Amino acid sequence: MVYLTRKAEFAASHYYHNPNFSPEENRRIFGKCNNPNGHGHNYTLEVTVKGEVDPRSGFVVDLKQLKEIMHREVLDAMDHRFLNKEVPEFLHQIPTTENIAITVWQRLESKLQQAKLHRVRVYETPDLFVDFYGEA
Amino acid sequence: MKAHLTRRYHFSASHRLHSDGFSDAENQSVYGKCNNPYGHGHNYFVEVTVSGQVDAMTGMVCNLVDLDGFMRKEVLERYDRENLNMLPEFAGQVPTTENLCMRIYEIVHRGFDLAHLERVRLEETMMNSFEYAGEQQLRH
Repeated sequence: MVYLTRKAEFAASHYYHNPNFSPEENRRIFGKCNNPNGHGHNYTLEVTVKGEVDPRSGFVVDLKQLKEIMHREVLDAMDHRFLNKEVPEFLHQIPTTENIAITVWQRLESKLQQAKLHRVRVYETPDLFVDFYGEA
Repeated sequence: MKAHLTRRYHFSASHRLHSDGFSDAENQSVYGKCNNPYGHGHNYFVEVTVSGQVDAMTGMVCNLVDLDGFMRKEVLERYDRENLNMLPEFAGQVPTTENLCMRIYEIVHRGFDLAHLERVRLEETMMNSFEYAGEQQLRH
């Protein structure tokens, strides 16, 4: 089994707010991230796939295909967007780094043909990242 | 759904690697420059990985404010700008980055109960780092 990781970057804005919480609760739980006008990050995305090396191509996965899928499914939807307002998954779900990692996984998993998705890592800043392995 | 969250912190500290179980010549040979009696320092970076179900109401594994507050109080304030050899936990133990990494793991494992601790990774310099996951398997 060989693991391959492809990196990508996207810039987006978001804010944290749960309409089921009172304004005070939202401010207490989410702090500065509750600012309704949003704030932004340069996100770094790492997608790791795993599989056996194809004896003819020598590839675990066609990197060009993986890159295209990541662009189409994730970057086109999230790069230079306000996540809360422009990405369907986040209309009713808070775009925390945790939920972004899960959403990226869900968007990619069914689109990969050769290799299997192993891990999605999303860096919100160099000091904070989330890993999702597809676990329930 | 279960996610893993990693947060990175830094602190600066000094240490000297010297074991009373070795002769002076052995200490010199085992630890080399790190045996300098006056000590030397590093900018340490510590990464803490916790895991848990993503809370449906907050979208979080745990609130970063809680993790940051715990790490600041229990780890960073304890080690930042300190000489590690002077601390009680290193009175009878060499403050290698291996031992410091395990020590930080124990502090977080015992004291932080808002998410499950997966691992602690400690960078001594950009060139070397150590990871400890207790009895658990390290996951990459």
